[in-house]
Amino acid sequence: MSSAEHAPAGPDKRPIRLFRNLWSKIAAIPMILVSVGIFVGGTIWTIVYSFTDSGLLPRLNWVGLEQYERLWSTRRWLVSIENLAVFGIASLILTFALGFLLAALLDRKIRFEDTFRTILLYPFALSFIVTGLVWQWILNPEFGVQSIVRGLGFESFTFDPLYDSSKVMIGLLIAGLWQGTGLIMVILLAGLRGIDEDIWKASRVDGIPAWKTYVVIIIPMLKPVFITALVLVTSGIVKLYDLVVAMTSGGPGISSEVPAKFVYDTLFTRQNLGQGFAASTMMLVTVAIILIPWALLQFRGKKND
Amino acid sequence: MTDTATLTGPTGPRPKKALSPRNIMLYGTLIVVSLYYLLPLYVMIVTSLKGMPEIRLGNIFSPPVEVTFQPWVKAWAEACTGINCDGLSRGFWNSVRILIPSVLVSVSIASITGYVLSMWRFKGSEIFFAILLLGAFIPYQVLLYPVVIVLRELGLYGSLTGLVVVHTIFGMPINVLLFRNYFVTLPEELFKAARVDGAGFWRIFVFIILPMSLPIFVVSMIIQVTGIWNDFLFGVVYTRPENYPMTVQLNNIVNSVQGVQEYNVNMAATLLTGLVPLTVYFFSGKLFVRGIAAGAVKG
Amino acid sequence: MTKNSVEIRNLDLSFGAVKVLQNLDLDIHDGEFLVLLGSSGCGKSTLLNCIAGLLEVTGGQIFIKGHNVTWKEPNERGIGMVFQSYALYPQMTVRGNLSFGLKNARMPKPEIEERVKRASEILQIEPLLDRKPGALSGGQRQRVAIGRALVRDVDVFLFDEPLSNLDAKLRADLRVELKRLHEQLDNTMIYVTHDQVEAMTLADRIAIMKDGKIMQLDSPAEIYNRPRNLYVAGFIGSPAMNFIEGNIAGNTFTSGDLSVPVGDYDYMSGGAHDGAAILGVRPEHVLTDDMLPSADMTAKVKADLVEPMGADTLVWTSLEGHPFRFRMDGQAHVKSGDEITIGFNLTRISLFDPKTEDRL
Repeated sequence: MSSAEHAPAGPDKRPIRLFRNLWSKIAAIPMILVSVGIFVGGTIWTIVYSFTDSGLLPRLNWVGLEQYERLWSTRRWLVSIENLAVFGIASLILTFALGFLLAALLDRKIRFEDTFRTILLYPFALSFIVTGLVWQWILNPEFGVQSIVRGLGFESFTFDPLYDSSKVMIGLLIAGLWQGTGLIMVILLAGLRGIDEDIWKASRVDGIPAWKTYVVIIIPMLKPVFITALVLVTSGIVKLYDLVVAMTSGGPGISSEVPAKFVYDTLFTRQNLGQGFAASTMMLVTVAIILIPWALLQFRGKKND
Repeated sequence: MTDTATLTGPTGPRPKKALSPRNIMLYGTLIVVSLYYLLPLYVMIVTSLKGMPEIRLGNIFSPPVEVTFQPWVKAWAEACTGINCDGLSRGFWNSVRILIPSVLVSVSIASITGYVLSMWRFKGSEIFFAILLLGAFIPYQVLLYPVVIVLRELGLYGSLTGLVVVHTIFGMPINVLLFRNYFVTLPEELFKAARVDGAGFWRIFVFIILPMSLPIFVVSMIIQVTGIWNDFLFGVVYTRPENYPMTVQLNNIVNSVQGVQEYNVNMAATLLTGLVPLTVYFFSGKLFVRGIAAGAVKG
Repeated sequence: MTKNSVEIRNLDLSFGAVKVLQNLDLDIHDGEFLVLLGSSGCGKSTLLNCIAGLLEVTGGQIFIKGHNVTWKEPNERGIGMVFQSYALYPQMTVRGNLSFGLKNARMPKPEIEERVKRASEILQIEPLLDRKPGALSGGQRQRVAIGRALVRDVDVFLFDEPLSNLDAKLRADLRVELKRLHEQLDNTMIYVTHDQVEAMTLADRIAIMKDGKIMQLDSPAEIYNRPRNLYVAGFIGSPAMNFIEGNIAGNTFTSGDLSVPVGDYDYMSGGAHDGAAILGVRPEHVLTDDMLPSADMTAKVKADLVEPMGADTLVWTSLEGHPFRFRMDGQAHVKSGDEITIGFNLTRISLFDPKTEDRL
């Protein structure tokens, strides 16, 4: 083969970088549009308009922090925030305690593991609407748990959380736990299954009882899994909306209002956009407060490895 | 010396009692918790099979004395939302019409994006990916209105197409993550060999990546099918009443203030709405578990 | 009579229908370094886990120091164990790892400190005591893992492929250290590996396992020189032993044109043998060049392929239709196609019965 065949006809043209692998860049357009256009753009847009007096339609008429001042003096918003805090903390503690207990039980090489796991996880496949409506029915004081216990002879037994503004969050919590614990269980179970078998063997040779191995060795080893699950669950709790709509519609009165519902109602029912944007910005701030330490931790963890 | 001990003393497996305290604790706890988990499903079923007089008399846990399918028929074809009295079937078909294109479009786009992010990275692609992942944590409420504006500008607000776009957008972070993480585990040599053979972007995707990635497509579809079917918020915000998905219609039927509450019809309607994700769940088994372990990002 | 440290009687283990160990008997002497060697799935790790009490046996008995421990918990058996993946507790310091089991057994503090000190001196890990496993190298981690077994002050150490996760050089270093440790401590050590170099260098005796049975239990030299059956002969040694199928009649082994007088062969069963046989000879036991005069027989072969390896040269050829390899000096000048005269010595060959696969 002659070398002339390989000689370039002219000076090699340097390909333009942007057009190299052009298809991959075209294929990335949806991601770019969504990440920059919707996620970044939309967030900035909402934050910007939260400083305006937009009402029925968005308009750039600056009012500074007025919307926020008004928000924090609205009773319904304060109730929403308090409810979210109560629901969030209680459901975090309970889902993690119960989820870990169940995961540990399923991890004990038991029989019918698949059956138990299927039962414990199926509520997670159901929507919050379905979940809310079933529990609304079970907690119905006329026909549900209360009437049955009364029927057993405990005439004064009262359990009507959905009709008692001081207990309504308990009702939501029961339904929320039922729907979400399976998820935590599965995540933690996956974490437990990822633990080196030899660790368990070593602890048996050392004569450490199983419960102590969990507490002293395994749980610390699962810290990253716990933290990730925590972040996921927390950011999910902040979004709590459908369940409330289906179960209580925020009632009795405003006693089970939550921020996500507040935002929706303000934006689309009361058409007070500026106020809605301020409230949703506060939700974003809440998530950021949870997320930023986690992101830093993840980042630092990667550097250490 | 030790030989004398042979054939005496413990031999074989340790004798086990089926009813050891450990097993009672273990299985006892699991069974009690399982009953709590199964209770609502049971209540839904028995309530939906009773007539209203029986419900008013009995308690919600007792099995139906007289089984009737009338509530199911009514929930499906006659229940009223506002002025429409054609039952949940309208919502069901709406949901189907939303579900199929949404799943197809969102899974296709997510898989291709995941493919770009694992095998065709370019300068900046990782930054977009990071933003996309962070986007999964932004409360939907922050983005509700900006998306309304975008859809309105595109002339899609209120239409089914608009809802397909919304589901594609909000399903993107988790599904892209899922595909990317799966594709990076595929052997890189395969990709290199294909490129040396002269295959380009699409050829590699269709002939090499797709055939190896069936399970992850199934996982992604499971996430999307259950997620989209169960969606309530987007349905309420982005569609007009005649296009409301099943969940929204269900809520309107059950929580309507007009008329007498027919609990049996309500429960039949609730079960009907839950039937699709439950079917997916019971048939997909381990793949569903795999999906949510990864899909937990969705929150 | 040698005192036995570990005795295993009629041991059975099955997982459901799969029988992993079958009717296994094994005596391990006091202070012995016993290696369980075999390819993966042969049951060697399973056997070790049974001795440790980490797997419950289906049948049979296990004695440690004369005590029947068949039903005992692992921590009550007087054993220490070292794992392939180290299995250190990642959230505890090295000191914490060493002392955790002792603390849990409510041992008085001064004694714990004493034991940790002694173990860390022996293993030279004193400077690492306050670090966490994550900050240690693979070799250091494995040393800590050995330390955790050491502080238990037990009679029997169990090693489950402890060097497999290390790179080649570290593995060689730690191998020497383990051998030194055994000489210093004089404990019984049971060591599972699939690496025959580790087995040959460390063991007092090697038990070669296959399909849940022990194929041969002997000293490394005996296993190498007088493999009990075809499996052991083929498993030990690299490159593997050459096998030539043939027949023995009247004290002569014949295979095609090859005939080897085997009248002086040291038969295991005593008497001579007539009938089908397999002759085995290791590549490094084939004589060439100036060694030929000492050979009991010779043959001519043609070199098919020559692999110079530096220290020696491996020549591929065939003998009576059987693939045949042998080793020559590293400086030998041979190339493919050369005709070479080879020979073997009767003391260095093995004969097997093709039916039972046992050594003759």
